[in-house]
This record gives sequence, C-alpha cells and structure tokens, in this order.
Amino acid sequence: MSKQNLVIVGNGMAPGRLLEHLFEATDSYNVTIFNAEPRVNYDRIMLSPVLSGEKSFEDIVIHSEEWYAGHGITLHKGAKVSKIDRAAKTVTSENGITAPYDKLVIATGSSPFIIPVPGKDLDGVLAYRDLEDTYGMMKAAKAGGRAVVIGGGLLGLEAAAGLRMQGMEVTVIHLMASLMERQLDPAAGFLLQRELEGRGIEVLCEANTKQILGTDKVEGVELADGRIIDASLVVMAVGIRPSVQLAKDAGLEVNRGIVTGFDLKTSDPDIYSVGECVEVGGMVYGLVAPLYQMAKVAAAHLSGPSDAAFQHVETPTKLKVTGVNLYSVGDFAEGPDREDIVLRNASAGTYKRVILRDNKVIGAVMYGDVADGGWYNEMLKSGEDVSDKHETLIYGQMFQGGGAVDPLAIVAGLSDDAEICGCNGICKGQITSAITEKGLTSLAEVRAHTKASASCGTCTGLVQDLMTITLGEDAAAVPEGMCGCTHLGHGDVRRLIVAKELKSIPAVMQELEWTTPEGCAKCRPALNYYLISDWPGEYADDMQSRFINERVHANIQKDGTYSVVPRMWGGITTPDELRAIADVADKFDIPTVKVTGGQRIDLLGVKKEDLLPVWKDLNDAGMISGAAYAKGLRTVKTCVGKDWCRFGTQDSTGLGVKLEQFLWGSWAPAKLKLAVSGCPRNCAESTCKDIGIVCVDSGYEVLYGGAAGLHIQGTTKLGNVATEQDVIEVVGALTQFYRETGYYLERIYKWADRIGYDHVKAMVFDDLEQRHAYYERFVYSQKFAQIDPWAERVAGAEAHEFSPMAEIKLEAAE
Amino acid sequence: MNVATKQWVAVGQLNDIPRQGARCVKNGEMTIAVFRTSDDRIYALEDKCPHKNGPLSQGIVHDGCVTCPLHNWVISLETGTAQGADEGATLSFPTKLEEDGSVLIGL
Ligand code: SRM
Ligand SMILES: Cc1cc2nc3c(=O)[nH]c(=O)nc-3n(C[C@H](O)[C@H](O)[C@H](O)COP(=O)(O)OP(=O)(O)OC[C@H]3O[C@@H](n4cnc5c(N)ncnc54)[C@H](O)[C@@H]3O)c2cc1C
Ligand code: SF4
Ligand code: FES
Repeated sequence: MSKQNLVIVGNGMAPGRLLEHLFEATDSYNVTIFNAEPRVNYDRIMLSPVLSGEKSFEDIVIHSEEWYAGHGITLHKGAKVSKIDRAAKTVTSENGITAPYDKLVIATGSSPFIIPVPGKDLDGVLAYRDLEDTYGMMKAAKAGGRAVVIGGGLLGLEAAAGLRMQGMEVTVIHLMASLMERQLDPAAGFLLQRELEGRGIEVLCEANTKQILGTDKVEGVELADGRIIDASLVVMAVGIRPSVQLAKDAGLEVNRGIVTGFDLKTSDPDIYSVGECVEVGGMVYGLVAPLYQMAKVAAAHLSGPSDAAFQHVETPTKLKVTGVNLYSVGDFAEGPDREDIVLRNASAGTYKRVILRDNKVIGAVMYGDVADGGWYNEMLKSGEDVSDKHETLIYGQMFQGGGAVDPLAIVAGLSDDAEICGCNGICKGQITSAITEKGLTSLAEVRAHTKASASCGTCTGLVQDLMTITLGEDAAAVPEGMCGCTHLGHGDVRRLIVAKELKSIPAVMQELEWTTPEGCAKCRPALNYYLISDWPGEYADDMQSRFINERVHANIQKDGTYSVVPRMWGGITTPDELRAIADVADKFDIPTVKVTGGQRIDLLGVKKEDLLPVWKDLNDAGMISGAAYAKGLRTVKTCVGKDWCRFGTQDSTGLGVKLEQFLWGSWAPAKLKLAVSGCPRNCAESTCKDIGIVCVDSGYEVLYGGAAGLHIQGTTKLGNVATEQDVIEVVGALTQFYRETGYYLERIYKWADRIGYDHVKAMVFDDLEQRHAYYERFVYSQKFAQIDPWAERVAGAEAHEFSPMAEIKLEAAE
Repeated sequence: MNVATKQWVAVGQLNDIPRQGARCVKNGEMTIAVFRTSDDRIYALEDKCPHKNGPLSQGIVHDGCVTCPLHNWVISLETGTAQGADEGATLSFPTKLEEDGSVLIGL
C-alpha cells in the first residue's frame, strides 16, 4: 500500500509530540513539515534559561537533524506557508514550495501581542517568543543599560529575571495592581514582587504605557502619568494571540482560535489542528500540558479509527526563575460559596492558600514552600471530599496522620495516579513501572523513556525522589549531580558560574545551594578548575582544593615518596641537561631513573623534604616542571622529522617544541597530551593523542580526540592547514573551547563524543573569526598560567608543604 | 588513648597550618598529621591511612574529614575511623588550642 502524505504547518512543541505518538503507532505516512523558523524543533519553554545563560540552544533541542532523517521527514526550514488550497489539497510556502497532502495538520501556534502604541516599531523593541527574540535580548544585554519589560506575567518576569542575570538594569511595567494576577492572588504577588525587587528589578504596577520614545532606536518609555523611563531595550510580553490567519484564509471555521472538535479535526475532516492556535470546547490554551494532550488525541485519529477525545484539565503554573518557588492551580477567586485556608510564615517568607468549595479543593496558591503543590492538585483533580483532613490540610501532606519527617515520605505517599510531570501528564505509576520494567538507573534514561521532567524540568526533584524510592539506596549512587553535595550536573554548574559571575568556591557553594558546608574531594577540585578557567587573572587558585600531586607539583607514589619529571621540550634534550639529571640523582640518592612513555625522564622515589633542593638544581640547569601530574598540558611527543628522516615532510620536532612552549602551564578539564609526526607513518603516535598533528607535503593535518589508556580510540580529523602558525592557532582555539566547556576529568575524546565532532569543527575550525577569538582567549589566560611552579616554590611559595611543623623529642615518659 | 599518661606537647602555631590543610609532626618513628579545618578546629591523626598507609596529611580536608590521596578513603578527623563502606581506623590524638594560638597535642 502506498503511503499517504501528511503535511504539517508549523514545527513547534505540539506537532513534534504528535509525530512521536504517530511513529509509535504507524509508519504509513510520508511526512513533510513547513516551519517559518529556520531550525529544528526545540523546547520553547526553556528559552528563559537560555536567556539567563543557564542553558545553551543545543541543550534545548528536542529533535535533532538525525531524528528527522531517521524518520524520513522532509523538513522545510525558514519556509512560512502562505496558502492552503483545499480543493487541490496542497499547501504553498512564501518561498515557493508546494506540497500535496492527504492529511494536513495546522500547528501555527500563536504570536505575541504588540500593543499599538507609538514607537512600537523602533529598533530595540522585541517580543519574547522564539530564539531570535532571545538572542536579540542577549545581544542588547551585552551593551548594558536599562531594559523595560512591559507585562508582569509569566513571560515578562522570566524575561526580566534573565536580563537582570545578564547584567542589565531592569524595570517591569505592569498594568494591573499585582504581578501575575491571573495565576497569583495579591498576597503571593506581593511576595514575588519583593523577591524580584531584592534582585534589583524595579517593579511598577498599575502603570500604563503611553508611548515608546526614540528617533530610530529605543531611548525610553513614557507612561500615561507622564513618567519617563530611559531604556535601550523594550520587551513586550503582554499576551499572545492564536495564529489563525492561514486557516481563516482557507475558509476553515475560526473563532478566537481555529475551531476543532474534541477529536482535533477542524471544519474540514482532512485537516487537523493542534497547539496554541486551537480552540477546543470553547477554550484556547497557552501551556504545553494541554497541547501535548491534543497531540496525543490527534495522533490517535491519524493512525486509525479511534475514540480518543480531548478533555479539559487544570494545569498548574510555575515560574522558571532560579530561586523563585511559586505554584498555582485552579480557581482562586473569592466568593461567598468558598472557604479559604491560609498559612503564612513571615520570617521564612512563605505563603500558602487552599480554596475549598463544598469541602472540595478547587484551587491552591503557594509561594516559597511549594512542596505540597502536587498533593493539592491531586485532590483538585479527583474531587475528593476533604472534610476529614480539614484541620490539617494546610500543613501539607507530611502532617497527615503525624507522618514521619522524611522528605521522601511525601512522594512515597502519593497514589499511583498522582501527576508528577505536569507538562507531559506523567503519573507516579508510569514512572515507577518504567524504572522497574526497563531497569532504568539514571535521570537521563527516565526522561528518555517516560518524558517525565523532560520539558520545563521543575519536577526533576520529584522524579529523583521516585528513583530513590524505587531503586532504594542504589539510586543515591546515580544522581546526575557532580557529587553528593549538589543535584546540579557539571554542565549546569559551569554555566551558572559564568551567568551568575561566581568567583570563589564559597560563592558557588552558597549561590548554588550546596548541601554540604565545604564540598568534598570530588567537587572541590572541579570547582577550582572551573573558576581558574572562567576567570583568568581574577580567581586565585585554591591549593586546598587540589589533589596532592597538583599541590606539590610532583606525583605521589605508593610509599609516600614522590616522582619528579622535568620538561624535555618535544622530547629533545642536551648533554648538559642529562648531566644535571644524573647529578641530581646522585646527590639525593634517587633510587630509580626511568624513561617515561612520554619521551622524558622520571626520577622516582624522591623524599618530600628533598623536593625543593631537587627542583632548585634542575631549575639551575634550565629545566622546569614537566607537569606529569597535571590536569593540563603533559607532553608533546615528536618524531625526528625532515631534519634527519628520509621520509620527513616538515619539521615535526621543531613544531612540537613550539607547541609545548605555547601550551605549557595551562590547566584543562583533564590531562592533555599532544604528538607531532613528520609523515603519515606516524612514529610519534599522533593518531591516538588528545591532539595530534601529522605533517604532510602540503602542510599539516590537525587531529584530535584520540585515546590510548583505559579506552582506545583513533583521532578524528579537525582539518588541514598550511603553516605552523595556523597549527598553533587552531590548537590554541581547540584547547580553549575544550577548557571552557569540558567537564572536570573529561578527556578530549569524551568531551567531543558528548558535544559532537561537527560542532567542535564548526566552532573552532570553520568559522575563522570565532577560531581567532578562542585563540585570543587562550593566549590571554596563558599570561597568568605560565609560571614555573617549581621556581615559585623554591623561591618560598607554599613553604609549609615541604617541611614538618615540628619534631618532638620527648623525655622518657615514665 | 591512655588518658593517665597524657602529656600536652606544643607543636607550633595555628597559623603554621593552612585552613583546610595539614602539617606533619615527627614523633620518633611516627608521623602525626595535624589538621586545621576552615573554622579553625584542630585535629591530630597518625599520618597513616588504615587502608594502605597513605599519608593522610596530603589529602583534601572537607566537612570534618580527610580524603586519602592514594585511593580516596574518607577518614573522620575526630575519631580516625573510615567513613562509608570502608572499615578501619587510624590513631587519633587529643588536641588543644591556646589563647595565644599555640597548638598542643596530647601524647
Ligand atoms: C610515568 C608514566 C609511565 C612510564 O613510566 O612511562 C606514567 C605514569 C602514570 N600514569 Fe600514565 N604514565 C605515563 C604515560 C602514559 C601514557 C603514554 C603516553 O602519554 O604516550 C598513557 C596512554 C596514553 C593516554 O593518556 O591516552 C598513559 C595513560 C594513563 C592513564 C589512562 C588515562 C585514560 O584517560 O584512559 C592513567 C589513569 C588516569 O589518568 O586516570 C594514567 C595514570 C598514571 C599515573 C599518574 C598513575 C597515578 O595516578 O599515580 C602514573 C604516575 C606515575 C608517576 O608518579 O610518575 N596514565 N600514561 C608515563 C609518564 C609520561 C610523561 O612523561 O608524562
Ligand atoms: C519564553 C517562554 C516560556 C514559556 N514557559 C512555559 C512554561 O513554563 N510552561 C508551559 O507549559 N508553557 C510555557 N510556554 C508556552 C509554550 O512554549 C507554548 O505553549 C508551546 O510552545 C506552544 O506550542 P505550539 O506547537 O502550539 O506552537 P509553537 O511552539 O509556537 O510553534 C509554532 C511554530 O509554527 C511556526 N509557524 C507559524 N505560522 C507558520 C506558517 N504559516 N508556516 C510555517 N510555520 C509557521 C512558528 O514559526 C513556530 O515555530 C512558554 C513560552 C515562552 C515563549
Ligand atoms: S600502567 Fe601507568 S598507572 Fe598502571 S602501574 Fe604502570 S605507571 Fe602505574
Ligand atoms: S592508602 Fe588511603 S585510601 Fe588507600
């Protein structure tokens, strides 16, 4: 049977989910998607963390290019559909692509409402809807100045918090008397306003915008009462309108949104609609949970006869501003038939309110302490009579039956059909059974299999609790956090260090809410590295957060003695250096002298007290530390190259020496080893190094991502360059990109496997401007790194490390 | 620890020891590691990990414990016992910090 053509207009979150359900059920469609945005499907909800700098675009992609290719989907990016011909059953885009359909899905989402005031078209006035808007705001923030955000709802406040984190002065203008008045009552709105003001965001309620000032770009905003606020950026976040024009022009029934039945069919039975553009049962929706339900229903009808029907449910609201906890669900308007129960804690700044009618929960508003949100929502949905727990209801679930004060108890006590992930409508039972049936052990796996916590992420803590309950203590060993001291993973911590400008270990631990007072031996060295790498010249290395090898610049051995490895640039040495090494070995009775696998000499078994004089003698002969202990540059191995070898094409030895002189001293996420071979015979083993260079007649091949330790992996080619200077620039740029984005202890090959070889190449090889910028940043940080640690210590630094504090000579005690 | 024969011996000044660090004191054949926490508490342990004799003085100090530099056992500074699943203990000595900053160990 030949396949039917399914065409989708719009590539947002709703149709993305529809396709996932559809492909699970059937492969009977050829799918073509038109998207006005020039990109794949991404998690629009997560634009705010991108704006604040806590995530990158790559982190929020839902469907990668490979996913489309794997399902044989034709995706027209940057192609806005301008016409639907229902008679011919075709759609046509503005850029002239026509596609025939058997079934059509309209998923055009909605567009931001722009208030029609003078100045709305000025340069510097943005809405907040897509990646362009987000990047536009980030760019404006770089220039500094003040941003005015018009609209104190969910989107406006996320924009304001993000812009503030990016360093702008921010004023929020809100027409109503309190913030987020549609989701919060005035008391919670007040607490929220106080929190935002505490972060330096100015909030003006009951303020009406009269006009936006400026000649060709924004200069300020004038309010109806005459006040003028200077601004270099204005963000309008006052609401959205379903995008219905296309459907209207095609003659479909349109009201506020595109009208569909509970089966999501429009007035034309071959045309479905899903997402924010839809009006179903007289309602339009602006949160993903109901849109995902639409996607599921539409997919069921598209894949066969079905009686699936859309049903209205209340969706709780949360604000995704780091550190602000609020939760609201249902109806909280006051009325004679309603009963309010309120609990406030002024010192903790928390507020809780549950609204009852006929002894049933119909709404809840919480600020600060939101742990019981899910529990109230469960009662709201089930409509159970709560008379029996009326007295203790407000104190939350832990109080019921005098329950134990175990945070896991809350989650353990939820019924199997309690909703955990609001966005995706995933219940507790679905998660626990997926964990046991599929043997899931990591958060990433649970996300992949159940979708729970995969959208806005605010339920991540609950999902982790469920994992602990289901898997027992084993789960404690597999949280995604960098160590037991934090839930945050390495990537989150790195981004937050930059976004929040955290410049010391105590600052990181405070701001990112470490659960231990001083961290542990896993997180402290990682944080120390991230801070060194992100704030060169500003952050002072914390010696107590380094492993002993990097603290005393020698490798500790099993008997507590040390090994000393001087640099031997590119593997080249001289009779004088060799004599000095021999003299040192004699003078200090060093038991073993060995040639290492890295083309240099190791002095093994040096007593700690002898380290300083050993280094002094080696320094005097012109040698510095070989950093054989460092998470940083180790060795650059070379072969003899064209000076001697009959096959040599370039000066591989000379280039190796130059590279080592350029890179030494730099700290990296993990050790960094290079090699330069004079021809493809590869005698320096360049093809299994972190970075390898193979000289060829026409120049140099730059390779990277090799490994030959616990894991063996050949390198991948980054590209060919013509001159030694090009090699140095590319290697510097690659190293810097790795330094800025690698996780602590992640070798280059693991890093590149994680972030993608194509991406690395695009960042540091193809884009010349960017390549140069990375190179420059590396050169800058080297200014603070190329200080020989041996010489520093011989001169007196960290002297306490090298001698005992006291020797006790006790008189005979008895 | 034998309280009866205890003798307090001055081994140096608080400021000789880095915060979250340690210094060694030689007592005949034995080496004692004297630790200082970030809030200036002082602890003394024999400088010998219960696992394979690793020099604890060279480890990372955190939250009242030290992580051994050789194989990452975590040892309590107060009691000298291994934390978590590992079993074993190293000798611990009482310490005193005088008003003038002198550090004393009870031997
Ligand atoms: C000295 C040396 C062996 C030798 O006698 O030749 C050596 C010695 C150690 N290696 Fe190595 N590796 C040495 C070359 C290598 C090589 C060969 C090379 O570099 O071409 C490799 C394989 C290449 C690679 O790195 O991919 C190598 C792969 C490892 C690994 C596995 C790394 C991995 O990511 O898979 C470890 C373990 C680790 O780092 O966690 C390791 C760890 C170690 C440690 C640091 C073990 C430790 O934690 O104590 C040893 C330190 C001894 C010391 O005190 O000096 N060593 N090690 C070599 C020093 C080279 C130098 O001049 O700096
Ligand atoms: C900053 C921000 C934060 C948010 N936070 C949350 C939150 O925390 N929780 C929550 O539940 N929801 C949140 N939302 C709302 C949520 O993102 C939307 O409800 C959801 O993305 C809508 O999905 P959709 O598929 O209907 O439309 P969209 O995702 O808007 O996709 C529509 C797509 O169709 C394209 N398109 C439009 N017309 C055409 C055409 N004629 N031809 C081709 N393509 C076209 C558009 O370019 C767009 O890419 C947030 C939204 C934003 C902007
Ligand atoms: S292979 Fe490396 S880590 Fe293993 S014993 Fe030899 S030097 Fe040590
Ligand atoms: S010697 Fe201390 S952990 Fe092995």
